[in-house]
Amino acid sequence: MPLVKQGRLTTDLFVHVADGAELPGDGAVLVTAERFLADPQALLRRPGKLGVIWPNNRNLDELVPHLDGLASVALVFPTFRDGRAYSQARLLRERYGYDGELRATGQILRDQFVFMTRAGFDAFEVKKDADADAFAQTMKRYSVFYQPTGDGRVTALNRRMQLRHSESAGQ
Amino acid sequence: MYAYDELDRTLINERVSEFRDQVKRRLSGELTEDEFKILRLQNGVYLQLHAYMFRVAIPYGTLSSKQLRRFAHVARRYDRGYGHFTTRQNIQFNWIKLAELPDALADLAEVGIHAMQTSGNNMRNVTSDQWAGVAPGEIEDPRIWSELIRQHTTLHPEFSFLPRKFKIAITAAEHDRAAIKIHDIGLRLHKNADGETGFEVLVGGGLGRTPFIAKTIKPFVSGRDILSYIEAILRVYNQYGRRDNIYKARIKILVHELGIEKFAKEVDEEWKAMGDVGLTLDHTAIEEVRSRFSYPAYEKLPHMPDELKQAAHDKLFERWRKNSVSAHKVQGYSIVTLSLKPVGGPPGDATAEQMDAVADLADKYSFGEIRVGHEQNLALPHVAKRDLPALFKALDRLGLATPNVNLVTDIIACPGLDYCSLANARSIPIAQELTRRFANHDTADLIGRLHINISGCINACGHHHVGHIGILGVEKNGEEFYQITIGGRADENAQLGTLIGPAVPYAEVADVIEDIVEAYLALRDRPEELFVDTVKRLGVEPIRERVYATR
Repeated sequence: MPLVKQGRLTTDLFVHVADGAELPGDGAVLVTAERFLADPQALLRRPGKLGVIWPNNRNLDELVPHLDGLASVALVFPTFRDGRAYSQARLLRERYGYDGELRATGQILRDQFVFMTRAGFDAFEVKKDADADAFAQTMKRYSVFYQPTGDGRVTALNRRMQLRHSESAGQ
Repeated sequence: MYAYDELDRTLINERVSEFRDQVKRRLSGELTEDEFKILRLQNGVYLQLHAYMFRVAIPYGTLSSKQLRRFAHVARRYDRGYGHFTTRQNIQFNWIKLAELPDALADLAEVGIHAMQTSGNNMRNVTSDQWAGVAPGEIEDPRIWSELIRQHTTLHPEFSFLPRKFKIAITAAEHDRAAIKIHDIGLRLHKNADGETGFEVLVGGGLGRTPFIAKTIKPFVSGRDILSYIEAILRVYNQYGRRDNIYKARIKILVHELGIEKFAKEVDEEWKAMGDVGLTLDHTAIEEVRSRFSYPAYEKLPHMPDELKQAAHDKLFERWRKNSVSAHKVQGYSIVTLSLKPVGGPPGDATAEQMDAVADLADKYSFGEIRVGHEQNLALPHVAKRDLPALFKALDRLGLATPNVNLVTDIIACPGLDYCSLANARSIPIAQELTRRFANHDTADLIGRLHINISGCINACGHHHVGHIGILGVEKNGEEFYQITIGGRADENAQLGTLIGPAVPYAEVADVIEDIVEAYLALRDRPEELFVDTVKRLGVEPIRERVYATR
């Protein structure tokens, strides 16, 4: 599955490790929330980067204390119509200050890229090659945004007020 | 009127390009129908019985003459020459070809009209009082807030894939014309003891197969905090609303299952935890939006002009004036409702010719402005009283002066089995038959205010639960049957109707309704007692007895 990270097609350095399967001695791994929560300390001590796949119906409270040690959090879209992980993403970025990789996994299509980026995702396990190839193009679809999110894009309302301010300052 | 600026225009043009790309990918097979379905729904495109249906937003029910003319153009160019105004301030076109949809959207975008989020599991078109800004006694113009919320909810990155659709309605008048109590969020603008403007926030209203009247979650939220409070409600709903069963996915079920107190507590905790996330609306932000609403330059006119005195001897004019003309906040002006419920016609339909003509009349008599109400009628919101006689003549020629506003033939109906793939039974022919039965306007006047609402299936697009008389089409052994409720209402005293008796077959519906009305006329206390008040005073039983005694 193609991985888009920071806007570019990238080789995925993380290995998805199934529950019960042996962990490689080093290298980056993504494990399930169950496996992680069974013994977080042991996994965090392991050499190599650690990422956790967090289900969209699981409370973030259990994850938050460990965020500092994680290199990736993968949030899940079982189908693209299930939007719970957008809220989780914004909470991780905007409320809990998580600044590691935030990965979207599941049914990821190009038509979600803008929304996901705005919610704080910066890595995408994209379902179709054509969609992954179209990432940069798709991100240019919109230049106007009505809502403030943690992505820092200036909202339409703020742009208007800035404009008004500079107009009145110029008089 | 709200005037789009460059940013608003850019955004809807970008949305048109995006949709054009999505349609192209569907037609080339790059997108499966399953994938495309969600995308087209986000842009108001349904697959109906015969063709694609295209639903276009009329935010808070305000239209310019230019925009209405563009609807006429779309009806002519891409459809079969007419459009259908819905119960949520939208217009629907029933015969659009998929390949032409992007062009229709682009034509609409030129006049600041879009179809974003008119269907799908997202935040729908924000609706409001069709008399906003002109009704006497209003707290303030609710469209300022409607527009702020419209912008905030448009292409929201967190809430575009909710468990189910989500509808917000706003009223600022004592009498609720926006039916806020049957919305997912209802907002009632009012002032607190300190004179500050804010909202009573109601949540969890909705019809469908499990109808609920909305409950108050917070009696007062200051205007400056309204966006963050709505965001908190949506975040709780997005995370905890049910996604396992489409029929239990609306916020009303979550509110019902948790109880309003527990739900309110969840929202409050989320709201407090949010802190300052840039959603506070300070004075400058509110004024920025307010400044882009323009208002007519009203003249100083007499309360009773000569033209009106002279026309008073014309019985037809007087009947229409008493029925369709309402008080305006400015002396010398009126609000005129245009009935889209002619005898024998489908409720809410308007032809391209009618739309063009109404646009011309709006330019001539109403500062170029038209309103659309949830009762599926239009209104001209700023008509000088001296112009009423001339306007009446023009409307009458167009078939838009039926004096039945709020009367028994002012029926709300969904498209039903004639168009809709979800319907179990026909709605429009029932409405048409009822308008013929009660075609005598003197009889209708005698009966007084009476709302009949018809839905062709349990999804309740015709709001049957809150009709004074509600008619619901069901299917029984392959035949169309209709359940009839009475005593519902959608206003500030919103209530669900009560079933009056066993379902009746298609052919008997009009007879039963006539009998219900007969029973009411016999039982009412005095001529001024409205149908719905008689039902409230007596309960269903006395009416049931009379109607079903011989059945």
